[in-house]
Amino acid sequence: MYRYSDFDAAFVAERNKQFRAQVDRRIAGNLTEDEFKPLRLMNGLYLQLHAYMLRVAIPYGTLRSAQMRQLAYIAEKWDRGYGHFTTRQNIQYNWPKLKDVPDILDALAEVEMHAIQTSGNTIRNVTADHFAGAAADEIADPRPVAELLRQWSTDHPEFQFLPRKFKIAITGSPNDRAVTKAHDIGLRMVEQNGEPGFEVIVGGGLGRTPMIGKVVRDFLPKADLLPYIEAVVSVWNTLGRRDNKYKSRIKITVHENGIENIRELVEARFAELRPGFSGVDQEILRDIEAQFAPPAFTARDTDGFTAFYDNDPVFRSWVDTNITDHKRADHAIVTVSLKKQGDTPGDASADQMRLLADLAEKYGYDELRISHEQNVILPHVPRADLPAVHAALKAYGLATANIGLISDIIACPGMDYCALATARSIPVAQQIATRFDELKLEHDIGALKIKISGCINACGHHHVGHIGILGLDRAGVENYQITLGGDGTETASVGERAGPGFAYDEIVPAIERLIYAYLDVRDSSEETFLETYRRLGMAPFKAALYPEAAEKHAA
Amino acid sequence: MPRAFTPKVITASDLLEGDVIYLTEDDTWSRHLTEAEVIDDEAHAQIRLLDAQSQPDRIVGAYLADVTIGANGPEPAHFREAFRATGPSNYNHGKQELAG
Ligand code: HEM
Ligand code: SF4
Repeated sequence: MYRYSDFDAAFVAERNKQFRAQVDRRIAGNLTEDEFKPLRLMNGLYLQLHAYMLRVAIPYGTLRSAQMRQLAYIAEKWDRGYGHFTTRQNIQYNWPKLKDVPDILDALAEVEMHAIQTSGNTIRNVTADHFAGAAADEIADPRPVAELLRQWSTDHPEFQFLPRKFKIAITGSPNDRAVTKAHDIGLRMVEQNGEPGFEVIVGGGLGRTPMIGKVVRDFLPKADLLPYIEAVVSVWNTLGRRDNKYKSRIKITVHENGIENIRELVEARFAELRPGFSGVDQEILRDIEAQFAPPAFTARDTDGFTAFYDNDPVFRSWVDTNITDHKRADHAIVTVSLKKQGDTPGDASADQMRLLADLAEKYGYDELRISHEQNVILPHVPRADLPAVHAALKAYGLATANIGLISDIIACPGMDYCALATARSIPVAQQIATRFDELKLEHDIGALKIKISGCINACGHHHVGHIGILGLDRAGVENYQITLGGDGTETASVGERAGPGFAYDEIVPAIERLIYAYLDVRDSSEETFLETYRRLGMAPFKAALYPEAAEKHAA
Repeated sequence: MPRAFTPKVITASDLLEGDVIYLTEDDTWSRHLTEAEVIDDEAHAQIRLLDAQSQPDRIVGAYLADVTIGANGPEPAHFREAFRATGPSNYNHGKQELAG
């Protein structure tokens, strides 16, 4: 796994020292909030509804067990004993005190972590497929490239005052688990005549104007990556609108200028920049790649696993939903659900974090991942050890068998924490999960992604949920809009609004009607909600959501 | 006829703790909405807001929030302020915890 170089360590230490002095000056009254705010945001510190919030980057979602233990320690020592894992592969602490934040940042630096560029108009934490380096369907591990991008973008002088934030996602598999089409730049690894390269997608994004990214280059040789990305960011840095924050993201630049024009400008800029890249970046990449070498896998027989699987229905159900094929047949990828029905999606207690660290150390070659779906992954577990892992998880409320099902909901912090929110999202997620668990319908319903945001910024990815829920403030009361048919994978689409919104106490019954309608009209239990929606369109779902309107229409 | 003025309080976040505080009549800050100064005219509201903003080493982000008047003094008029005065709904953290 990647270890900080001396340069990285010195850089982070220097930044932490600066920030400690800035906090001291703020507390002493020598910096106004207007002066301090951009400085704290550069270090991941927000002020939320009830407290400060510290956002810590988990680059490409990868953690060692020592890092996870440190996250647990920080949660206990300086916060309320838990952390919140987010869709951006970050962990957020909801209750830090201003004076403690420099100590927290030092504690993070001890394990090679930081909160730099988790905010502000910079190139943010690069996100990657959470199954990177483990998935059976992978062309190559995308994380070395993500790390290269991180090194190149961190404190890049040209890109500290961009028109707006800039988010890059990367996947090494044809099955897109990194939502690459909803990022400013999405990179998909592809091969052409045996040569590795990237499909480059630009201009995706969610927020108030959701857009699916467009392909700007269908094959970019691997060695051209940095100059090409620099060309994209540079073209946007020049054209991107600074006059209006709602029009500043690259998705609007692409939309306003057209992908053909953007492509021409990018290619021209690329031609200028390319000669400046002498190949040093490729040498660095080779060094980084060496650090991401796969662990020394031990061959194991799987007889014990098979016997357990055949005899224990609870274990079987968990394996069927939470386990994904590993590139080695005798290993498996374990997704640990942080979505026990009724709990807050993405929250993990310090004890749970420590257990996960222990399991990674004992059974998983010391590796952990955080997914954008707010779950934790043990990427390399011998199948023979799955029964022991399952039993340990169960004891800590972490063995919920619901990955990809209706209770595996993404929810942003919403009005319970977020200063920008227009409505709550967490309790809506809790109630939907609890309701379908009571109905015992979850496994019958099958693959279904519900995603909830507490305002139009769309941090909960609601536009790409099969069912999206957007919480709004309508004349001083919470109101929830439903969108249908969104998809964040390689077949990405933005969900369509179903109709008028629902009050807080109407939203769960509305989702229930929607699900019963789906169960009624699906072809077979094999046809997923999204497939049914794509086959039949909005009509049957609209009728279920708005029965009065349907009756009126019939009369 | 001018529109009736909605009563207001001044609220902000505490610089050190980050939690929700309210400006009282005697220019101190309270953690309890019930102790906040209720302001019922526009001119006074603007003056008090300036008073609050002149304490940048104590508070962050002062603003006027609408209230209604209940049996125990001011109550939040909008649900956002109700959450600020209570805490999150998923855990017993924040102000509700102090209330016991
Ligand atoms: C709680 C404090 C948060 C604040 C103040 C905040 C603020 C924002 C804002 C203003 C935007 C819109 C940016 C734009 O369109 O230019 C945004 C987008 C986004 N946020 Fe957050 N956010 C917060 C928490 C989160 C959390 C917890 C997550 C992960 C669960 C998250 C993930 C995202 C994502 C994925 C987007 C992308 C939408 C896009 O592509 O435009 N945010 N956030
Ligand atoms: S979507 Fe809105 S409410 Fe939710 S975290 Fe983002 S900014 Fe806050």
